[in-house]
This record gives sequence, structure tokens and C-alpha cells, in this order.
Amino acid sequence: MKILVGISKSPDTTSKIAFTDGNSKFDENGVQYIVNPYDEWYALVRALELKETIGGTVTIITVGAAADEAVIRKALAIGADEAVRVDADPKDAYYTAAQIADYAKSNGFDLILTGKETIQYNGSQVGGMIAEALDLPFVSLATKLDVDGTTLKLEKEYLGGIQSVEVALPAVVSCAKGMAEQRIPNMRGIMAARTKPLTVIPAVQVEDLTSFTGYTTPPAKSSVKLIDPNNMDELVALLHNEAKVI
Amino acid sequence: MSVLVYINSAHGIGKNAFETVTYGKKLGDVTVVTNGNVDDASLAKLGEYGASKVLVDKALVDADDQQLTRLIANAADQVGANTIVFSHDHVAKNIAPRLSVRLKAGLVSGAIALPDADGTIKVNVFSGKAFGSVKVNSARKIISLLPNSIQPESVGGSAVIEAFSGNAGDAKVKVLSTKQPEGDIPLPEAELVVSAGRGLKGPENWGMVEDLAKALGAATACSRPVSDIGWRPHHEHVGQTGIAIRPNLYIAAGISGAIQHLAGVNGSKVIVVINTDPEAPFFKAADYGVVGDAFEVLPKLTEAIKKFKASN
Ligand SMILES: Cc1cc2nc3c(=O)[nH]c(=O)nc-3n(C[C@H](O)[C@H](O)[C@H](O)COP(=O)(O)OP(=O)(O)OC[C@H]3O[C@@H](n4cnc5c(N)ncnc54)[C@H](O)[C@@H]3O)c2cc1C
Repeated sequence: MKILVGISKSPDTTSKIAFTDGNSKFDENGVQYIVNPYDEWYALVRALELKETIGGTVTIITVGAAADEAVIRKALAIGADEAVRVDADPKDAYYTAAQIADYAKSNGFDLILTGKETIQYNGSQVGGMIAEALDLPFVSLATKLDVDGTTLKLEKEYLGGIQSVEVALPAVVSCAKGMAEQRIPNMRGIMAARTKPLTVIPAVQVEDLTSFTGYTTPPAKSSVKLIDPNNMDELVALLHNEAKVI
Repeated sequence: MSVLVYINSAHGIGKNAFETVTYGKKLGDVTVVTNGNVDDASLAKLGEYGASKVLVDKALVDADDQQLTRLIANAADQVGANTIVFSHDHVAKNIAPRLSVRLKAGLVSGAIALPDADGTIKVNVFSGKAFGSVKVNSARKIISLLPNSIQPESVGGSAVIEAFSGNAGDAKVKVLSTKQPEGDIPLPEAELVVSAGRGLKGPENWGMVEDLAKALGAATACSRPVSDIGWRPHHEHVGQTGIAIRPNLYIAAGISGAIQHLAGVNGSKVIVVINTDPEAPFFKAADYGVVGDAFEVLPKLTEAIKKFKASN
């Protein structure tokens, strides 16, 4: 089975979130990038597990600059066979999805996996957009994925509950918690990653559907009001009269 | 301006639907499109919140992503909608991106407010650590609205209900079964949330969390380690790698308040923190704090809530 996994870089979860250039750009100063956790922990690891049980190849694809290759090597160290980097700034989800769909179309994959969202844009857009561009079915927020011949059997998050579905391959799936467990790359994996193929391809032309014009951070909280643990009536009264939330 | 609102009515029509229609009404004339087994009385309620028309394809049951995309695209063409609004739930995450590609319409995902004066729309980014303003460059736009971002407003109108054939084609994704949590409030749309962390020591102690949630009419949530070790189901995990929520009230007991946890909850309007450690970082993000043992404080708070409810 040929599997393609979309990989994004994300700022480390402990990064300070700040903006520069008149609050129009994310301040990358001192920011460490990691593989977006949903892409790495769930999509990539499940792809590798499938490869280990039924055979096949796992290709990862990212849209980004040469500086993002550290993140690509990490994904290769975890076990992907080869990597593709579309040499462009991933302007928005539509732009990114169009690049991945274009590559997928000319290379023929049975299964395309993405994380459910990135931890910086939280858009949950790229997977569904790839699916539409390729006219393939899309299962979003999958928490379990098994392959039975040419059929995918999945469980997905559905309005606070879980839905079981099945769909014939090829298909696009976005992956959420529950699908696999994080893997830590070992020394052999890290060494092997250095020599695995990484192909750089140019971007295709697509229109700009959206753009971010600026960012703000939430106002700082005023200091906490402490309540005596033996006086929960007071807390309830405050929640009712002052905060007006109950 | 003509606005199309998609409503998922598979599990009844509720608060999310009213929020989305209210939002749409502030932008223009609202037509709702929906599908499946839904009674006209429920659909008529959408009129009260400002929908002037409801298009319903009752034959389209257990529709998959491609069918819903066609249904909505066809409805948008029929009414000439230039804005399409979703509630940012699991169904919207499944179909709004498809529709964006199909209609070449820019998608604003996770909107938290009406458009600003310059036309940009605020969204949650960095898992709730910041807001971004999104400009849509295409003629048509799609807005997926985070639950609890706008108060539903009854305007007392009425809606014409019309049968609509979505020309949706066949389903490729087959639904085998759907498990809804019994009687529970889905966490993403809950207004009140009671959450607990590793400080609760073990799954056998969650009774007091559930008791408080029940007394309040709240949903339950948890920190990541708690769902990782299997004390609680995955869908309760909030934070940067779980779900981001923005309830009116978030009560956190025995949660330290790590930056990754805060990311998912600091959009909450009011935060109450219960922790034995006065130095717990969560107190810095809290409105009200109780330095104390959750095992004692939670039952007391539950009693106080019950007393309050009984006298109000
Ligand atoms: C990449 C990455 C992503 C992450 N994503 C998330 C995420 O999405 N969500 C998330 O929650 N975490 C996430 N984490 C983990 C996060 O860093 C913390 O480890 C986690 O939130 C801690 O959970 P906790 O507060 O329940 O447990 P602890 O940190 O162990 O805190 C327990 C707290 O309970 C208090 N306590 C103990 N006993 C009592 C008592 N009897 N009564 C009252 N209080 C008591 C303690 O004082 C302490 O403050 C992530 C970490 C990483 C590295």
C-alpha cells in the first residue's frame, strides 16, 4: 500500500506566542519547531504501523522552506521511507492542500493521511481540501483506522460521540488522538534519516483565497480572587452575582 | 446579501443551530439548508432566530462528506448565496474544507466574532493563545463559527419550509453505527465545564467530578495525562493537543495549569481553579481560586450549588 502523509511544522508547545511587524507576523525569535503533534503522533505512526503489518511505502510531504528540513528529517527518523518538500511558503490551507493534491495526483497513493489540525492554525482544513481536489472520500477526525483488503474501517469523532464508518480505498483521512502512540526515534533511525531520499519540487500556481492580516493576544487576566475552601456558598454567590455565569 | 446556513439536524436542532442562524442574520437574509429525518416543528423554530427559508432534503440520511458538499453547493447556487455559515463542529470540519475547494470560496475556520469594520474575521489561533484576523479574497466566503461565540437572539420571525432535492449522488463513506454519549452535553458546545487532572489520583474518584457537573448541568473534561492513562475517555482531553473549548465557566480541580493545558481553555469566560498547591501556575490564569483539597472542596461546592439551585 502506498501511503502519503502530510506533515507540517509547528512551534514547540512551550513557545512564547508573540508577533512582530505591527502584529502582522508570528515572531519566530527563539522559537523551536517540531513536527505538528497530530501529524507525527497519529498520522505518521499509524501509517508506519500499516506498512509494518501489510507492507508498502510511507512518503511524507511538506510545503515549506529549506529551513524546515530539520522537521522533515525527524519524520524520516521515525520511519518514513522518503520525503517530498514543495518549495514554497504555505500561505494558507487552500494553497497547501493544492500543492499536496497536485503531487498526489501524479504519483498515485492508496491512502492520504493528515493530522486533524495544526496546533498553530487549528483550521482542520487541509485534509478535506486535498480530498475535494482529488475527488476522493474524506473521513475527518479518525480515532481508529484499519485496513481490510481494499476497505478502510474507521472510527471517528462525531458530535461528542463516536461513529464507525467504512470506505473503499483510495481515501483521505485526518487523524486524531487514539489512532496510535507517539514513537521516539532511535539512533539507527536518526542515522538512516540522513540518507533517505528528500525530493524538492516547485510549487504550482494557485489563487490566494484567504490571508491573515494581523494577530492579537488575549488581554492578561486580572489577579485571582481567592475563596476560603470552607465557604463554597461565597464562591457560588460570586459566580451568580459577579461573574453571572450560573 | 444572501446567506446560506448549514444545519446538521441529525441529533435535533439546538443551541448551535440558533447561534449560527443568529450570526447569519447579522450578515444578511438567511436561508437554512439541512437534511435527514427532522420534523417541521423543529425547523420552524429556526425562523424565530431569523431564518426566512429552510430547504430540507429529508431523503438524504446518513449522508457522507461528498453528498453534503453537493447538497450545500447546490443550495448555495439556488439561492445565490455569497456567504455560507457553519457551526464549527465535527460535521463542519468534514465538509467546509471540501466546499471551499468546490466553490473556490475562502474558508474562515474557527471564527469567534462577526466581521470587523474592515471585513476581516477573528479566529482562534495557536490553540487559543492568540487571535488572528482573516481576510477572504474570493467573492464567496465560508465561515465556520466556534460554538459559544455569539448569543442566540430570538427575532420572532417565521421561516418557509421547502422540500429540496440536493442532487447529492451516492455515499462512498458508509456509516455502520453512531454512539452518542447518553444524555451528556457534548463538551465542545457546553457552556459550563467541570474538569479534573492527575490531582484526583485515580479514575475511581471521578464520582465527585460528575456529581458537581450534574448539579451544574455541566460537561466533564480532563487534562491530557488523565486521558493518556485511560482514566477518562479521549474526547474529554482539553488543551493544545486535545480540544479547545470556550465555555462561560471552566472549573479545574487538581490540574496544575501547564501551558499546553491552558492553551485549550483560556478562551473560557470565567475560570475557577481548585488546587492544594498555592503556587500552581493555573492560579495565574484563574478568576477565582480555592487553595484546598479537591476531595473536600468538590463535594462542598456541589452541595452549595444544589442549595443555590433549590432556592433560585
Ligand atoms: C507536546 C505536548 C502537548 C501537550 N498537550 C497537552 C494538552 O493538550 N492538554 C493537557 O492537559 N496537557 C498537555 N500536555 C501536558 C502538560 O504539559 C502537563 O503535563 C499536563 O497538563 C499536566 O496534567 P495535570 O495538571 O492533570 O497533572 P499534574 O501536572 O501532575 O498536576 C496535578 C495537580 O494537581 C494538584 N493536586 C494534587 N492533589 C490534589 C488534591 N487532592 N486536590 C487539589 N489539587 C491537587 C497538584 O498540586 C498539581 O497542581 C502536553 C505536553 C506536551 C509536551
